[in-house]
Amino acid sequence: MNEPIVVVNHVSMMFNIASEQLNSLKEYFLALIKGKLHFKAFMALNDIDFVVSRGDRYGIVGTNGSGKSTLLKIVAGVLEPTKGRVAIGGTIAPLIELGAGFDMELTARENIYLNGALLGYSKQFIDERFEDIVDFAEVRDFLDMPMKNYSSGMVARVAFSVATATIPDILVVDEALSVGDFLFQEKCEKRINELVDGHGTTLLFVSHSIDQVERVCDKAVWIEKGHMRMIGDSKDVCEAYRHLGEE
Amino acid sequence: MCAMAEETQQTEAIFANYEPVDTGDAYQKVTAAKSGSQWKHDWFVLRSLVSKDFKLKYRRSVLGVLWSLLNPLLMMVVMAAVFSYMFRFQIEHFPVYLILGTIMFDFMSRGTTGAMSSIIESQALIKKVRIEKIIFPLEKVVFELVNFGLALVAAAVVMVYFQVVPSVHALWGLPFIIVMVTLFSTGLSLLISALSVFFRDVMHLWGVLMTAWTYATPLFYPYEMLAGWMQLIVQFNPMYHYINFFRSIMMWNTNPGILECLICAGMAIVTFLIGLLVFRKTESKFILYI
Repeated sequence: MNEPIVVVNHVSMMFNIASEQLNSLKEYFLALIKGKLHFKAFMALNDIDFVVSRGDRYGIVGTNGSGKSTLLKIVAGVLEPTKGRVAIGGTIAPLIELGAGFDMELTARENIYLNGALLGYSKQFIDERFEDIVDFAEVRDFLDMPMKNYSSGMVARVAFSVATATIPDILVVDEALSVGDFLFQEKCEKRINELVDGHGTTLLFVSHSIDQVERVCDKAVWIEKGHMRMIGDSKDVCEAYRHLGEE
Repeated sequence: MCAMAEETQQTEAIFANYEPVDTGDAYQKVTAAKSGSQWKHDWFVLRSLVSKDFKLKYRRSVLGVLWSLLNPLLMMVVMAAVFSYMFRFQIEHFPVYLILGTIMFDFMSRGTTGAMSSIIESQALIKKVRIEKIIFPLEKVVFELVNFGLALVAAAVVMVYFQVVPSVHALWGLPFIIVMVTLFSTGLSLLISALSVFFRDVMHLWGVLMTAWTYATPLFYPYEMLAGWMQLIVQFNPMYHYINFFRSIMMWNTNPGILECLICAGMAIVTFLIGLLVFRKTESKFILYI
């Protein structure tokens, strides 16, 4: 058996949807005293259970609101599952909503350092890679401009470039490639392939484009309304998923 | 009937060319291989955030960081002018008395106020990046601690001007009291930053509370001016003890004594532990409320 690197062990995620919005202490205690503190439970994920081995390219498919992003967030350690547990055997580079850690008042140069720190790089590491990061993002002329003046595509380029400056053990990609022009998308895909082929990085890939999943991934999970519907070779899963509309 | 048939069909469909793996077994394997301390990295993140705050605070200002020094100085001049003409307290070296009290109180009040909203303001990050959440309130306190350090320089300038000499006890007393105030502010920051995530009311209340606290602490009036019952209540005000301690070593040339040390340390440690406990107990739920 291959070495496991991401283990999702019977993970369930439940969100409480408060039936009323309780935003103040007074309202909260009133509701508590009256015994009216009702929550509607919503199972975003229900008993998800799978193992990703080192070097796998895993695709996650499913319709909107089926829990894909929730699952990725749990894997990235941002959310804690209600039930079950997740183990990660290496460094993880999350490309979930690019540019989350940017402060738009700061310049690109300052943001590269700040974002790098947030992603777990050391200062020395960023110093060494700084030139590569700037070159990849193609923003050399705008380095000392506040990022609030950047276009969204430029922000995404810097974010992607910082996030993939390291060689992570696991790369988590959540529709990150849907921003930016086609040239940049190609470049990103190339960079991802380079990491996976050249350095044995494990890939977790979420996309709405079935073709992209089929092209990039070799295995896939299909999640539907929080349940695992299918797992296996990406070709089989994508084929089945494609027929969803015809049911 | 139909639903059940669909259900079985679904469960059968789960494994296509997939060899089921015992995930529990794999979990043990992966967690066992994990190691390494996070501290060094968290420290780097903290430093980066503090330097970010400084850059943003003084961006496009000519004097820059010098403002951290000038501000308490100018505030002191204004307050000294107002209070010496309006109230005529019998306080020796009133400007020194003022600046020592206000910079320490401002450290606590700005630190906690900044920390209070720090979690909510960092929601974009907390929702997307795995990060030690305690960093955010800590960062605000550290930022104000650095500011306090700069304000101390301003206080030293005023002391030189009025030829006030600190006592020898300042050698151990100054580091001691700074650690205690920092611990106290940190505890309070952790507590209210966690609470404000669940109840935004805290944010509205805190401003009022801070104003009340400012007046309940002998910052610009002498302790003796308070009525008897107020003097008793002030004994439960940690900031009174810290500022009193601070003034005794810096301008009154007295030794605060062991009892005062114990009171200061006790209040700081208890507050810190309560704050830490509340924060740790609630931090995993933050993401659901921001």
